[in-house]
Amino acid sequence: IHTNLLVYTRRCFSAPVPRVTSHYTIYPRDKDPRWEGVDMERFADEADVVIVGGGPAGLSAAIRLKQLANQHEKELRVCVVEKASQIGAHTLSGACLEPTALNELFPDWKERGAPLNTQVTEDKFAILTEKYRIPVPILPGLPMNNHGNYIVRLGHFVRWLGEQAEELGVELYPGYAAAEVLFHEDGSVKGIATNDVGIAKDGSPKDVFERGMELHAKVTLFGEGCHGHLAKQLYKHFNLREGCEPQTYAIGLKEVGLDYTNPYLSPFREFQRWKHHPSIAPTLEGGSRIAYGARALNEGGFQSVPKLTFPGGTLIGCSPGFMNVPKIKGTHTAMKSGMLAAEAIFSKLTDESLQSETTGIYVPEYEQSLKNSWVWKELHAVRNIRPSFHNYFGLYGGMLYTGIFYWILRGKEPWTLKHCGMDSAQLKPAKECTPIEYPKPDGKISFDLLSSVALSGTNHEHDQPPHLTLKDDGVPVAQNLAIYDGPEQRFCPAGVYEFVPLESGEGMRLQINAQNCVHCKTCDIKDPSQNINWVVPEGSGGPAYNGM
Amino acid sequence: MAARVLVGVKRVIDYAVKIRVKPDNTGVVTDGVKHSMNPFCEIAVEEAVRLKEKKLVKEVVAVSCGPQQVQETIRTALAMGADRGIHVEVSGKDYDSLGPLQVSKILAALAKKEEASLIILGKQAIDDDCNQTGQMTAALLDWPQGTFASEVAVEGDKLKVIREVDGGLETIKINLPAVVTADLRLNTPRYATLPNIMKAKKKKITNVKPGDLGVDLTSRLEVLRVDEPPQRQAGVKVETVEDLVGKLKEAGRI
Repeated sequence: IHTNLLVYTRRCFSAPVPRVTSHYTIYPRDKDPRWEGVDMERFADEADVVIVGGGPAGLSAAIRLKQLANQHEKELRVCVVEKASQIGAHTLSGACLEPTALNELFPDWKERGAPLNTQVTEDKFAILTEKYRIPVPILPGLPMNNHGNYIVRLGHFVRWLGEQAEELGVELYPGYAAAEVLFHEDGSVKGIATNDVGIAKDGSPKDVFERGMELHAKVTLFGEGCHGHLAKQLYKHFNLREGCEPQTYAIGLKEVGLDYTNPYLSPFREFQRWKHHPSIAPTLEGGSRIAYGARALNEGGFQSVPKLTFPGGTLIGCSPGFMNVPKIKGTHTAMKSGMLAAEAIFSKLTDESLQSETTGIYVPEYEQSLKNSWVWKELHAVRNIRPSFHNYFGLYGGMLYTGIFYWILRGKEPWTLKHCGMDSAQLKPAKECTPIEYPKPDGKISFDLLSSVALSGTNHEHDQPPHLTLKDDGVPVAQNLAIYDGPEQRFCPAGVYEFVPLESGEGMRLQINAQNCVHCKTCDIKDPSQNINWVVPEGSGGPAYNGM
Repeated sequence: MAARVLVGVKRVIDYAVKIRVKPDNTGVVTDGVKHSMNPFCEIAVEEAVRLKEKKLVKEVVAVSCGPQQVQETIRTALAMGADRGIHVEVSGKDYDSLGPLQVSKILAALAKKEEASLIILGKQAIDDDCNQTGQMTAALLDWPQGTFASEVAVEGDKLKVIREVDGGLETIKINLPAVVTADLRLNTPRYATLPNIMKAKKKKITNVKPGDLGVDLTSRLEVLRVDEPPQRQAGVKVETVEDLVGKLKEAGRI
């Protein structure tokens, strides 16, 4: 109530809020006089299954569907839409791949040339203090043990999955973002619509304006990765998060947890500082920085998994979130979730006696089979490890807890610890915290933000409405800046948000440099006012990661 | 009027990507790097498609020289409205050394084979900045050329081309058949929308080998070395004019 009053009084007595947002999701076009008479009809096409997101989950689902279709000699049209200009260009991860799901999907992956070339030979785990390094033994059976796993460039692995999918007859459409979920009259999901193109920065139509197209499907799979923007809508629409905890996240830079409380913290600068640690710096000395990227990851695990199915669609991969946090691995579970969804959907679609209550087909069998699979067993076993570190026992207590309850008892304890709540609610007001003095980058091991962002290859058509939309243009200055000293200028790893002085003198305004965005989703997650709503920009905009 | 237009499209590293020189200094890193159609080629395709929409030409044929991946670039041209595509297969060392001379020989041979009466190309590619292919192609065919076009209009059996030159705008009239190269302000290319990409899958792309066209790809140029531009040295700030003069004298400039 206090903060609402604050906004209200500011509104009454200060200068008009400069307009930041021009996106049609905030300012609908049917009420906008500039759009009168513009043809808004969309071309529509039908597929059997449409998959949003060409990442490990989406591609595994597509591949599995086609494998089953070919096996049973059935025709199945599977289309994948992906916002990146090429498959793998928005993929970012360490990554250490556990090949369990891959072994199931392609037992002959080696012969097929999957880029899994570097096997893990040694694991080291340590706690870093300001100057020292305390090694921690990794006993076999602990989740951090990587025996049998491969170091991969996930972007290249995803590219390879894309090639396998195309060979099987999957229709891949990189460069086209799913911007809207379509619904049948009975409320079930009908499919998606891709983004419109040719809208100017101020929200008006350009000469080259064209509507996106509609892709209708019997079932639509949503595999947008961590904190998907369509998934966000689906959670609300179908109330999928009833009964599960809010998702909690980290940003991979790598890795700073997003449940931090000090609004002065900048994940990017923490990462730069980390590289200078005496035990890390020697590995990096003499090297040169050739790439940069950032992405949010889901860390809520078991407690935060929402309902996965709804009439006409399912959620797969990191979008609902199956990452095994202590293992720091989510690719294998993402792939398996895609495969399980494909199997459940295929059975349903080929069942001739199928009677569906809704036009969009409901596949609760997917959720059931996921809960009976090794994905669920894995997530259940490690469910208490992260909460034990963060909420209850601190660092050493957490390690003790892990040692006893995971290593010895394999997570069979009967209780489930809770998370703290939403990451966005964790920030303390700025006046309760101390600003952090970060050291200057040295240009050899640590670097400044903007030169790093340039290396991500990110770019967007500049003349389009900023895709980082604000529900209320006044909130960033009235709340975020006033109470939290504008944390968005620090947590964005691409320098999108800047508070700049108003041209008319007193006061500040939020400037959104949407072109820099690397699609990490941190702002949508961490904004304490939850005022920032990330929507999809024109397709093929965003980073150009190469095997990240 | 002109029955057939040939449009050359080149697959280049996307303009927003940071270029990296290969550790062995033989070239730049291209593997896995984001590529897209050369922006000037997009403008060329757009102009050709507009001519077709005005019913001034009957068929637009998109051509690209290179390995398998250039088919994506041809598909984009097809999605923008080209009728069919020709993929001239060049790969490996031949592709590394492919330059304007070889490409213009290929285009000249194709123009004769396809009986094209108009060739539209981008004025230059953003990777090599050569700005030679259009001119060389015209010379090999002995056709007139309208380069740096910011406007193209058909007037009977002639072409009026307004060219962007250093002194301003030059208007010329040239006979057909002719070669035109597109400059930035010629048009704003349309987006290749998804329904058109889907339709483009049904359009035909024929594969051709340079040998079939009688073209010898041997390059007369040898790349000795590729280096990054030298690191810019930091400047020095001076407090007064006297300091500035002193520093300039020190550096032997005055």
